[in-house]
Amino acid sequence: MKVEKKSEMRFPYSEKVLEHFRNPHNVGKIENPDGKGLEGSPACGDMVAVYIKVEPETKVIEDVKFESYGCASNIATGSVITDLARGKTLDEAKKITWKQASEELGGLPPIKAHCSVLAVEGLRAAIRDYEEKHGLVTEKETTTEEVIQQRLKHVMNPLTGLDVIRTNLILKTSVEAGVVRVVIDLPADHQFAPSIKEDIMEKLGSLWDVERVDVVFTA
Amino acid sequence: MIYLDNAACTRLDERVLEAMKPYFFDTYAVATSEFGYSMGIDAKEGLESSRESIASRLGASSEEIIFTSGDTESSNMALKGAAWALKEKKGRHIIVSKIEDFPVLNTAKALQKQGFEVTYLDVDAEGFVDLEGLKSAITKETALVSIQYANQEIGTAQDLKAISEICEEKDVLLHTDATHSFTRLPLNMKELPVDLVTLAAHTIHGPRGIGALYVRKDTPITKFMDGGFQEFNMRAGVENIPGAVGFATAVELVTEDETRQLEAMRDRVIERALSEISDVALNGSREKRLPQNANLTFHYVEGESVTLHMDMRGFAVSTGSACFSRSLEASHVIRGIGGDHERAHGSVRFTFGRYNRMEDADAAIDAMSEIVARLREISPLARK
Repeated sequence: MKVEKKSEMRFPYSEKVLEHFRNPHNVGKIENPDGKGLEGSPACGDMVAVYIKVEPETKVIEDVKFESYGCASNIATGSVITDLARGKTLDEAKKITWKQASEELGGLPPIKAHCSVLAVEGLRAAIRDYEEKHGLVTEKETTTEEVIQQRLKHVMNPLTGLDVIRTNLILKTSVEAGVVRVVIDLPADHQFAPSIKEDIMEKLGSLWDVERVDVVFTA
Repeated sequence: MIYLDNAACTRLDERVLEAMKPYFFDTYAVATSEFGYSMGIDAKEGLESSRESIASRLGASSEEIIFTSGDTESSNMALKGAAWALKEKKGRHIIVSKIEDFPVLNTAKALQKQGFEVTYLDVDAEGFVDLEGLKSAITKETALVSIQYANQEIGTAQDLKAISEICEEKDVLLHTDATHSFTRLPLNMKELPVDLVTLAAHTIHGPRGIGALYVRKDTPITKFMDGGFQEFNMRAGVENIPGAVGFATAVELVTEDETRQLEAMRDRVIERALSEISDVALNGSREKRLPQNANLTFHYVEGESVTLHMDMRGFAVSTGSACFSRSLEASHVIRGIGGDHERAHGSVRFTFGRYNRMEDADAAIDAMSEIVARLREISPLARK
């Protein structure tokens, strides 16, 4: 067998990702922003801050900037998601998905999904912040199994790059008296078990009426 | 490409390849006994003189060197071999440090599943094993202690003398993983009461796929791979004679002068990083560390972004960041020295080898200051 040596440099990312990584758009802080979101994932250590300026009448995002303490896919997603959000109304911008960002970037390695989801969540957090400050948020929602399932859709399964719900990694969820229990179809010593657990604890632990999160592995 | 990841693997030295070649093309027979045919006897001589050469570098005798496929196999052989040999006679307890490399750490975990009890010893902020902790962890049941000589990531070199004296006094076998320190730090088996030592060739410009386990005479080891009777009936399989010859040649080629040169590059990187870039911390001990290893945390930036930017500029370095690892877990070594995620997140390891020059160390730091400044520009944590 003869293995041809590739002469060009080999990176695990698309040209588009590398371009946004090298020269990210919309980088920085907005002084006195109308909305600010800070999302961090202890599972991978990355952190993203998103700042928005909103036109009060039309609710159009006039300016948007981000800062990243993260890896290449995190930086590139921050860059592309802020491009996408600019000029959109809050309601439109809320609907921007990780998938859209990923497609815009020519695809991201599956294992990197959860670092890049953070940028999307940062944008949503900034929008939520604006809405809360401007009285656009209604009652606090009680945490139900549906809410938990919804939140878990933001926890990535690093084996596939898709979320843990879609990939059937969650065997069971329950919530009772502020205690959430999540059963995961993985052995506790699986290489991804600690990072998935941390991610879940973080996503569910921040719910206002949740006191404790138990993450249980099958073996 | 300026390659500064010599702890992962090194470039083969041409002289090593030249020494190996005859054992692929001329003397390619298996090693036979003295009653075998000529080519087999010649092959046997190649194998035995390599063994002798490595043994003498260690102050050991030839029969104490068992060739293996590398450090992973050597450490498996040491831990499993000793644990199995002593589980009835001694007990089912073994002790390892928290910051061992995966061959030791994951072998210990595998033994745990087989019913052994494992103590994972804490280390201090520089990575040193707590000697009092070791003393009190050893029980009557303890079959083996395994503590590395020098750390693969942060470079900290343990006080092996003190550790070996404790184990000798308590009459417990001691294994040490010397993958990163062999030939670079002093190691003499006549002076140190260590029973088992993991050695490898890929870290010293030798071929990969060859290593050795030093087994002090009369150390009880159960054979862990079944097959033929090679290597004093301790390691089955057709001997890798070209590999052994390559390993011995690689060992012979390491000089004290060269090691001092690597040390100078290491010091240049550490000193320049600490003085020229703000918010930088050295990981591991400043004094007692591998001569070829510099590991620094550049706060407020993430390691995978750094390595990618370095790669784009033609440098190969490594990081303890979770984003860089296959398991998405931050370095267990950095966490082991009490570092948080943040400390691991921005850690960058520079390891030097024979083909590096001082200009490489300087160029790497020049590139690092630029990259770190750029990434901090976009970091929400950095002081601006």
